[in-house]
Amino acid sequence: MTIECLVLGAGQEVGKSCVVVSIGGKRIMFDCGMHMGYLDERRYPDFSLISESGDFDNALTCIIITHFHLDHVGALPYFTEVCGYRGPVYMTYPTKALAPLMLEDYRKVMVDRRGEQEQFTYDHIMECMRKVIAVDLKQTVQVDNELQIRAYYAGHVLGAAMFYAKVGDSAIVYTGDYNMTPDRHLGAAQIDRLQIDLLITESTYATTIRDSKYAREREFLKAVHKCVAGGGKVLIPTFALGRAQELCILLDDYWERMNLDIPIYFSAGLTIQANMYYKMLIGWTSQKVKDTYATRNAFDFKHVRSFERSLINAPGPCVLFATPGMISGGFSLEVFKEWAPSEINLVTLPGYCVAGTIGHKLMSGKPTKIDLDKDTQIDVRCQIHQLSFSPHTDAKGIMDLVKFLSPKHVILVHGEKPKMASLKGRIQAELGIECFYPANNDTVQIPSTQYVKVDATCKFVQNCLIPNLKSIQNCVEGKLDVGSSNTESFPMVQTGHKVSEGILVMEKMKKAQIVHQSELLPMLGVEEHQVQFAYCCPVHVRNVDNSKSHEHGSESSEPVGFSTSLQPCAMSSSSIKIADPSLENILLSSEQFLWLHLLFVELSNKFPGEKILEFPDNLQLQSFHVHVCPDANCPYKVKEVIEDKPAVHFCCRWSTLDEKLGWRIISVMQGLDLTYSRPHTPYSKKRKSETSSF
Amino acid sequence: MKLTCLSKGEGFYFPPCHMLNICGFRVLLDCPIDLSALTIFSPIPIDYDGEVSNYSAQNLNSADGKSNRVEKPLEASDLIRAVPWYKTVKSLHLWDVSFIDIVLISSPMGMLGLPFFTQLKKFSAKIYATEATVRLGKLMMEDLVSMHAEFRQFYGPEENGFPQWLKWEELEMLPSALRVIAMGEDGAELGSWKPLYSAAHVKECIQKTQSLKYAEEVYHNGTLVIKAFSSGLEIGASNWVINGPKRNFTWLSSSIFASRHAMGFDYNSLQGNGVILFSDFSSMCGNVSVGINAYRSMNQIRPKVNSPTGSDFSTLRDGNNSKEDFIKSVTDTGENTVEIDKLAFICSCAIDSVREGGSVLIPIGRLGIILQLLEQISISLESSNLNVPMFIISDVAEEILSLMNVVPEWLCEQRQQKLYSGEALFGHVKLIKEKKLHLFHTIHSPNLLAIWKEPCIVFSPHWSLRQGPAIHLLRRWSADKRCLLVLEQGVDADIALLPFKPIAMKVLQCSFLSGIEMQKIQPLLEILRPKLILFPEDLMAHMITSHTGSSVYFGYSENETICVPRSRDEFEVDLATDLVFQLQPRRIKQENAAIARLKGKYHVHHGRHLLISENEPVNHSQSRLLLQWGSLDLTLLLLALREKGINGSIDNDGMGEHNSCFLRIYEPKKALIETTGTLTVVSAVDETLASIIFQTICSVLDAI
Repeated sequence: MTIECLVLGAGQEVGKSCVVVSIGGKRIMFDCGMHMGYLDERRYPDFSLISESGDFDNALTCIIITHFHLDHVGALPYFTEVCGYRGPVYMTYPTKALAPLMLEDYRKVMVDRRGEQEQFTYDHIMECMRKVIAVDLKQTVQVDNELQIRAYYAGHVLGAAMFYAKVGDSAIVYTGDYNMTPDRHLGAAQIDRLQIDLLITESTYATTIRDSKYAREREFLKAVHKCVAGGGKVLIPTFALGRAQELCILLDDYWERMNLDIPIYFSAGLTIQANMYYKMLIGWTSQKVKDTYATRNAFDFKHVRSFERSLINAPGPCVLFATPGMISGGFSLEVFKEWAPSEINLVTLPGYCVAGTIGHKLMSGKPTKIDLDKDTQIDVRCQIHQLSFSPHTDAKGIMDLVKFLSPKHVILVHGEKPKMASLKGRIQAELGIECFYPANNDTVQIPSTQYVKVDATCKFVQNCLIPNLKSIQNCVEGKLDVGSSNTESFPMVQTGHKVSEGILVMEKMKKAQIVHQSELLPMLGVEEHQVQFAYCCPVHVRNVDNSKSHEHGSESSEPVGFSTSLQPCAMSSSSIKIADPSLENILLSSEQFLWLHLLFVELSNKFPGEKILEFPDNLQLQSFHVHVCPDANCPYKVKEVIEDKPAVHFCCRWSTLDEKLGWRIISVMQGLDLTYSRPHTPYSKKRKSETSSF
Repeated sequence: MKLTCLSKGEGFYFPPCHMLNICGFRVLLDCPIDLSALTIFSPIPIDYDGEVSNYSAQNLNSADGKSNRVEKPLEASDLIRAVPWYKTVKSLHLWDVSFIDIVLISSPMGMLGLPFFTQLKKFSAKIYATEATVRLGKLMMEDLVSMHAEFRQFYGPEENGFPQWLKWEELEMLPSALRVIAMGEDGAELGSWKPLYSAAHVKECIQKTQSLKYAEEVYHNGTLVIKAFSSGLEIGASNWVINGPKRNFTWLSSSIFASRHAMGFDYNSLQGNGVILFSDFSSMCGNVSVGINAYRSMNQIRPKVNSPTGSDFSTLRDGNNSKEDFIKSVTDTGENTVEIDKLAFICSCAIDSVREGGSVLIPIGRLGIILQLLEQISISLESSNLNVPMFIISDVAEEILSLMNVVPEWLCEQRQQKLYSGEALFGHVKLIKEKKLHLFHTIHSPNLLAIWKEPCIVFSPHWSLRQGPAIHLLRRWSADKRCLLVLEQGVDADIALLPFKPIAMKVLQCSFLSGIEMQKIQPLLEILRPKLILFPEDLMAHMITSHTGSSVYFGYSENETICVPRSRDEFEVDLATDLVFQLQPRRIKQENAAIARLKGKYHVHHGRHLLISENEPVNHSQSRLLLQWGSLDLTLLLLALREKGINGSIDNDGMGEHNSCFLRIYEPKKALIETTGTLTVVSAVDETLASIIFQTICSVLDAI
């Protein structure tokens, strides 16, 4: 399965953000923005790429809008009302509340200033907003049975969110615009450590590392303060939302701290009205601002008054917020005309102005005269301050986020091509994550993870989990006494999860089930069938007086005490005597015992790493059992002894688990020469001295 | 899974409390306190000195009364004069709180008892509640603490240890009505009394609580996924869903389909879960009927409000077979209009009183009712051209009201619409600005005296009529028959008003919707389609017995532990696809099945069990068959061996003692295969041959 990502806007550019992601049969449009720099059809994303027939309801599962900026929501009324998309649209509560204001503001400016035909009407905006489903942060929204979406705080503007979308086992995050450092009214972006296949992130400042925003805020405050201290008037042309409140919080707070009494005005009712929204949505601001709700809502600006037209030429300093931003007409232009000719006045401009606006002209160089139209010319002598802080994350923030989420793939949007290329290089080199930055109308396909659902029995799960606990315990102990025997546990801990083994049972018409190995046979109702290897191995012996002894031996002569269920070598010879009254048998078996013990000594030398258990009648090494074969006709004597050398037969058996080990022992045994130097020494004494050695 | 219902609660202010054992975790569902029990205490007396002697004399009398087995009517002097203690859920103190892993909170009322436990060192449970619940709950606790301070101030610092009134002799002398409140029917509830927590304890409790949004997923210990969904009862009130590896559990607390202030009941998100704990007792204790009684000799005002009963249920369901219709009927059957009627009635009573020159005291504690009454009364006042001030006197009023205007995400549709049109969410914002509504922390505020004007309308805690500013106003107005007191039904008016007797003022008692109505319970459960429903035994009788749905009902009652049978034994595990591709399945003879060995790393992450392939290259020497079963057919084996160029002969009448059979291999080399029912021994001259024989045996046997 693949995730397909069609970039309709903000591909290698800033503007008209719009990405359509197909994931697990669902198709989600992230953002539906307009490009402020174009007036022709390039201002909207090319929606025909989604569906040529224009049947958008079937082509898209839902639309998700990240925040209320026009380059993210500007084309939405056009898409829903003019293009006819009727499916669900999701955005956060603040975005739903504030987007229509932005859209209406923009619509008015376009119609008023340019006199152009409107792309959508006020009713369109209202009708469009009615289709919007508002979501809260972290709320897991079930769009349909399979598609789940969730918003995370992005800190870019009030209500800005990153969105997580999940279908089946595939998941992605689309960041929208975000800010990784908190500012005066918004917190920093926050997201859970999600497992995602794809991260689509903005990259406005793909190569910039910025210092703190506070420094630039201070610069702005200083400029304003200097101007009003000199008796000048400050004009701040802004849109009604976002920047106005952000700057106003700055100023109001500064006024409070500096004990200033110079009036701050908001033009007309519009911006004051907008404050109402901010007051109700204070829960979406930074913690510091949020905490003020009970005592005094931070958006209840103390020093702000509303502006009367008559105040334009009133003497004395003041600060005025006027709409529209970019001085594209309306009231801000009216005031600009009056205030621009005086050098003690100050105009602050936002970071971005659309070409053709006075704001744009002021930013490109410092003109002294601006032609408004054929008849009017404005003398510009006032100071210009350009606001340089922008609530976007810088390169470090992007890298931090990518590293934190560790997605399998990254797609960069909303940035400038050369910078994106360099960021892509960094992401691939430093983080080893594959990265793309498609151009507009390009499609990127990436593979996605998938899981198969099966059942697992309790025993299997317990077996998987318990060893992990042990390894954690080992880790703790290991840390307490480093260098002790516990050092072995470290590699196990580093790998984290140990490898678990089970058996998958797939039955027809039933869900596959993982069982623990020990559960399989009872489940199938069968008994285990063991397979063993056996080999009756002749071993050469020397200095044997009574070489026929083992021929005398028979099955029945084997001492009772030497049955297979013997305890380990701790058993003393005295107990053997008690167990067996027949002296001859003791002698015979003691001889066997002797050979066995000699073998034990040899094997111990050859396999120093292995733990060999010595029992009176046999030796054990893992599953490998060996005893002296008393039976001349032992069926496992498959190898015929050709040489006439004296030999003792050792009958060996081992499980298939130790197949290799068994053969290794056999080959060692075949090369052995057991020497029995003092045949008449009472072995009990010798044995005692030997036992003390192990 | 095990469930113990610790208490079925009592109405809106005292929600039910359960102890749940799910997937090995012990979960406490709600931790309320029974504030109605405060009525056994006397409010702060005004003339304390004069009363002391009277009090002790009274005690003697009541002792006599007891011996004579003649109960006199209760008198104000019967009430306990001491710093009140607070009554927690009755048997909760019998549980070891250190074993609680999780606490879930359904509403602000459900968390008032938490600081009693969070202050204990051994308490280590993780507490989850919605963000709005935590904020409201915190304010309600702080309000309790500040109201309680008045008692402390009056009686002086509390004596250490056991208070006098809790001694057996004293309790024995209490009139039976009070004694039942104090100790329960059988004296079992005596242990649940606790001295109130402090502001520091409240703070500690809030810090230990993790606040969530609606539908936010929280992963407890990696294995449980816990989510809250709106219940509509109050702002932030929630129903909870716990998804465990083997069990999906829903805790359905008192819910209101279409609230007029809080976000409505989100029942869609509760669909398809395995077990539902139905914990809405409101239809039992509330009696959905709307009773508006006047107190004692006063005019009985009973508005005609059609109150649906259980028998209406069948008509409700028959007419609405499809789900959509039912949903419509559920939200439309007029529970809203009934509620509006009630508010309108209270409103008109209030207007009547102020017209006559009487003041109105509303000590109701329900936020939704207060907010709506504020809006409605102000409209009525305006339309009747009355210039009567409204006051809210409470330590936390200011904070609560400003909070209400900044939580649009937690409100009902209509209120959210106000956000979108840029209006304040509730009417009180405008009223405060227009100085029609005044907020004061205490009754003694100097500013209050400056603007105080009667008649007026006052909202003030506490509904128990034992603490808070309300008692002072009640004393002031109780003798004035023009005045009006609005109480909630469920409060025992006789006991509550005892200290303020004789009472001339009108008393209006009104019940408000505080849960799912009886006739909607069964249709709702049919929509939710759980496999199992844990249902209150007491409520079972009220239900129409025809269980048409596929769900199984399990009755539960107070202080009884029920074990819920397991729905599934297996864990659900996700296998990574690359792991699936590595599988080498083998068909087995017995059944229509195939089996394969599986090897991977086991993870538990966000409530999911994952098995992903190990990154190390697969060790081939290990990929051997390790387990064989069935019995070995030597003829088949010989055939298979011959294909590999190995030949031999079967020797049935061999020397084996255990019915063993032999296959003697002579080509290419000598080997012997000996087999009994469950054991085969391979003996070959060399390793290669042995290995080939073994492989062949595995192919003939079932093996993995």
